[in-house]
Amino acid sequence: MKVLVTVKEVAEVEEDFELDGLRVADQYLDYDLNEWDEYAVEEAVQIAEESDDDVEVVAVTIGPERSEETIRMALAKGVDRAVRVWDDALDGVDLLDVGAKTRLLSAVVEDEDPDLVLTGVQANDDSFGATGVSLASAIDFEWAAVVNALDLDADGGVANVRRELEGGVEELTEVDLPAVLTIQTGINEPRYASLRGIRQAQSKEIKPLALSDLGLDAAAVESDLVLTDVYEPETESAATYFEGDAGEQAAELATVLREKGVGAQ
Amino acid sequence: MSDVLAVVEHRRGSLRDVSFELVTAGADLVGDTGGDLHLAVIGGDVDAFAEELSLAGVDAIHTVAEGDEFNHDVSVQAVAALSEELDPTYVLMGNTVNGLDYAPAVAERLDLPLVTDAIGLQNDGGLVVTREMYASKVESTVEVDADRAAVTVRPGEWDAAEEPGEPAVEAFSFDLNESLVRSRVTGFEEVGSGDVDIADADVLVSVGRGIEEEENIELVRELADALGATLSSSRPIVDNGWLPKDRQVGQSGKVVTPKFYIAIGISGAVQHVAGMKGAENIVAINTDPDAPIFDIADYGIVGDLFEVVPELIEQFE
Repeated sequence: MKVLVTVKEVAEVEEDFELDGLRVADQYLDYDLNEWDEYAVEEAVQIAEESDDDVEVVAVTIGPERSEETIRMALAKGVDRAVRVWDDALDGVDLLDVGAKTRLLSAVVEDEDPDLVLTGVQANDDSFGATGVSLASAIDFEWAAVVNALDLDADGGVANVRRELEGGVEELTEVDLPAVLTIQTGINEPRYASLRGIRQAQSKEIKPLALSDLGLDAAAVESDLVLTDVYEPETESAATYFEGDAGEQAAELATVLREKGVGAQ
Repeated sequence: MSDVLAVVEHRRGSLRDVSFELVTAGADLVGDTGGDLHLAVIGGDVDAFAEELSLAGVDAIHTVAEGDEFNHDVSVQAVAALSEELDPTYVLMGNTVNGLDYAPAVAERLDLPLVTDAIGLQNDGGLVVTREMYASKVESTVEVDADRAAVTVRPGEWDAAEEPGEPAVEAFSFDLNESLVRSRVTGFEEVGSGDVDIADADVLVSVGRGIEEEENIELVRELADALGATLSSSRPIVDNGWLPKDRQVGQSGKVVTPKFYIAIGISGAVQHVAGMKGAENIVAINTDPDAPIFDIADYGIVGDLFEVVPELIEQFE
């Protein structure tokens, strides 16, 4: 069995930042593995560990060479090897739309022929939350979005999942395999990479693939969406702020709380 | 002229609020272009839903009596068939957990560009969508460089349509390909309730990611005890297993409306705010003056919780 996990290196924006055109200026960005993908990676590695059969876990990413450092962390946590899709045609693209990501990942799926694809629910940079389900439709896999519990019955050809709906309600669903599941945070406890894992990851393969390697050309990454403006939202705070040092702030808040009957002795 | 097809949502016998917001967003988008707003109601008691959705601005409601609950395979096929018949310029769906379970497949199948989680829509000659990036730290506008598009709208951003109207209600039938229905909903479960129901509390002291370490939760628990309040949290605390799921406030946790909500080290992500914005008084303590929690706070302290909270405990001892 083969499990393909899509992972993405994302930038987190520091508290104070400046914009540079349509981007947050580079010096205010910290790069890391997307939070949701941490859980998808852990879920895939656990599937491999718990299975009696041989399970290969392959990570796929769309990202420049810089992202290899981040992807290697997934390898250190037990992913067997990785595929990194990048091309000059992707350089300087402000917003790669869901359709373009789907075309790239579909080509990788065709190459790898996995039985199960795990993705994060969303990426915390552009937060479209759509690639997994779009990919499922394109490759004719079944799917489930926002999965927070997974019980895989590979022999029975089915995944029993829970989907985390709004308002503290979970939906129990049977999903026929092969499938794409988008993984929600909290589904497991992502492990820390061990020193041994980090050492082993150095010799694991991260295979670079250009568009031509996937049988695609520049048309595949043409986006129908154009990012036209990026700005800091206006804050509309109407709050009463308590100033001063921590002691003064606490005292003023305590006065308000008492006036309103909170914590009154 | 822009025709809009908006797909409503229901769960366990009731229409979801986002359905009525989709009517408002759809009517805005049709605007004065002379187009029509169509609604699709798929599954459940479609006739009762259609009656509830007979609202001003809606031109036609198409009911698809197929199943009781949401099934994404059915929804994708139904919306695709309806789109082929109606040929809408824009397909609008909710940016909900179920919306994200079928909207991307609809867009892929119909070869439509997809923009998710819209918080603003403008239609003058082309579609321009406002949405957030980087955990709400920046806003962006995205122009759709195509004649048609699929869009999901964020719940709670548009007003719910209320004014009654008289749309045409038509049953829509299509050939459902059963072999492509490859998932089955077998049930629902409420997330387990422990001994405390945070929805009943008058005062909630709520802790978020800013607490950094599990052992620091005790500090906030102490404050809750000193105030006679109940301890709750934002999602990351529960994801880390530091507090049980029944303490989680937010979209996927509990919706609370206490007299006082004291948010400590909570940045105020939209999913969290959805669960507590109805509180009578909101206090926010956070180091980041730009944290979105301050936008909805009545009282704010910009400061280090590890300095402020001990001082606050002292005030009440």
